[in-house]
Amino acid sequence: MDENKGDRFRVRRREVLTAGAAAAAVCFTGLPVVAQESGRPDAETAPGLVTVDLQVNGQPYVLSLDPRTTLLDALREHLALTGSKKGCDHGQCGACTVLLDGRRINSCLTLAVMHDGQAVTTIEGLSDSGTLHPMQAAFIEHDGFQCGYCTSGQICSATGMLDESRAGMSSYVTKNLAQARPELTDVEIRERMSGNICRCAAYPNIVAAIKQAAGLPT
Amino acid sequence: MKSFTYERADTLARAAAASAKPGTKVIAGGTNLLDLMKLQVESPSQLVDINRLPLDKIEDTPEGGLRIGATVRNSDLAADPRVRRHYGVLSRALLAGASAQLRNKATTGGNLLQRTRCYYFYDVTKPCNKRNPGSGCAALGGFNRVHAILGASDQCIATNPSDMAVAMRALDASVETVNAKGESRVIPIAELHRLPGNTPQIETTLKADEIITAVTLPPPPPGVQIYRKVRDRASYAFALVSVAAVVEASGGRIRSARLAFGGLAPKPWRVPQAEEKLAGASANADTINVVATAVLDGARGYGSNDFKIPLTRRTLRAVLAEATGT
Repeated sequence: MDENKGDRFRVRRREVLTAGAAAAAVCFTGLPVVAQESGRPDAETAPGLVTVDLQVNGQPYVLSLDPRTTLLDALREHLALTGSKKGCDHGQCGACTVLLDGRRINSCLTLAVMHDGQAVTTIEGLSDSGTLHPMQAAFIEHDGFQCGYCTSGQICSATGMLDESRAGMSSYVTKNLAQARPELTDVEIRERMSGNICRCAAYPNIVAAIKQAAGLPT
Repeated sequence: MKSFTYERADTLARAAAASAKPGTKVIAGGTNLLDLMKLQVESPSQLVDINRLPLDKIEDTPEGGLRIGATVRNSDLAADPRVRRHYGVLSRALLAGASAQLRNKATTGGNLLQRTRCYYFYDVTKPCNKRNPGSGCAALGGFNRVHAILGASDQCIATNPSDMAVAMRALDASVETVNAKGESRVIPIAELHRLPGNTPQIETTLKADEIITAVTLPPPPPGVQIYRKVRDRASYAFALVSVAAVVEASGGRIRSARLAFGGLAPKPWRVPQAEEKLAGASANADTINVVATAVLDGARGYGSNDFKIPLTRRTLRAVLAEATGT
């Protein structure tokens, strides 16, 4: 069933590509066409493809992928989960941030095949049956964005960051590293979120949103 | 990205044997390797994934130190209570590097083997003796603001970008490896990275079939531990100059000091003669000048990076002031 869900998305995307400037768009994916048809029954025998089990937002998926497929491209191009954005594609901007087994990573700098059997949470998986995650609600309330392109990465990153903070992790600006649970000050939040760039510079509002979601006075 | 085959290693020996094959690269965190593959600076025909091998533990050693597995993530190492309490310089150096997302992925072994961030190494349209031996060095007459002032050659002036390795150098860590025959070897971290000379493409003393399995730290040294990093922005940037210091001092007088420098050279830089000048000395301006001169022995700028020479002196002064409370 879940595989079918992936297929349905893929077909829809292919239709869009066919209707539009198909040739150019397919080239831009950087993947052979055969990889995009990975849901077909003969896909597993296609040369060079590997089978990858991924649990994405609580749903299991079986994908047949070119080993070059980054986790980001697997999410966007194969599962149609386009909430995670491709900004720099080099791990510098953070727009592609997702949670891998609960920890924030840059999905552009890892291969999907390396994560066989692991659980991925994207921005689409943070809300609960239509109810926004507290971090999403806080970003809206504090206007933590302008263009919105970095926002899904910011929100996934901030969610992972609060978990790190609750686990007592320190940062470069923590004065006493041996301190069990450093206080989450504005300076700490800014340092811990430095892997997410916002070209609109919504930083003050992002910090305020994160503080609200963390239950801190804003 | 060029096409490659992917293999998940199930034993260390098999991974080591596979890594010896031409065109094969070992992948763990992949945060540097995949970046380079996208740009076709690296184009392996096979990747051997070692993430599922049992190399992800941080264990106490019988000597009172720590043994850090090669695939321990940078974030986990920085957050380990033993590291935070007893090896603060290492925790701080790790937290100074990259971003939280990258540290969640990057590994101990991979951090040691990451490639330089020289702009010309990354730009495949430019000559680079490290990427394409014999093609020349575009950095020598180009923009070389981030480049080396020590240990470079007329073939290559790239720096080693690691913060972690600088702290490990100050802590006298050693690197454990295993080869295809299953034989292990211990390499002092001072001997892991090579200077470029005429072969800048050979960056370490590892053999082709050798894989890093762990880094061992000796028991925690006495004294204050400091990692100070100077860079173009407050976070998420490589060091222009960094200092990892372990200093024993009381009443403004220094008993012993270990000083390792990042951002200056093709490897973490340490000058024993400079450290000897600090033993028993008070950390006054004269001492610091003498020590800085010893650290910078043989230093030269290449134009845009001339500033690193005075910046090293000033950073050293700040670190010693902090260490001695003066």
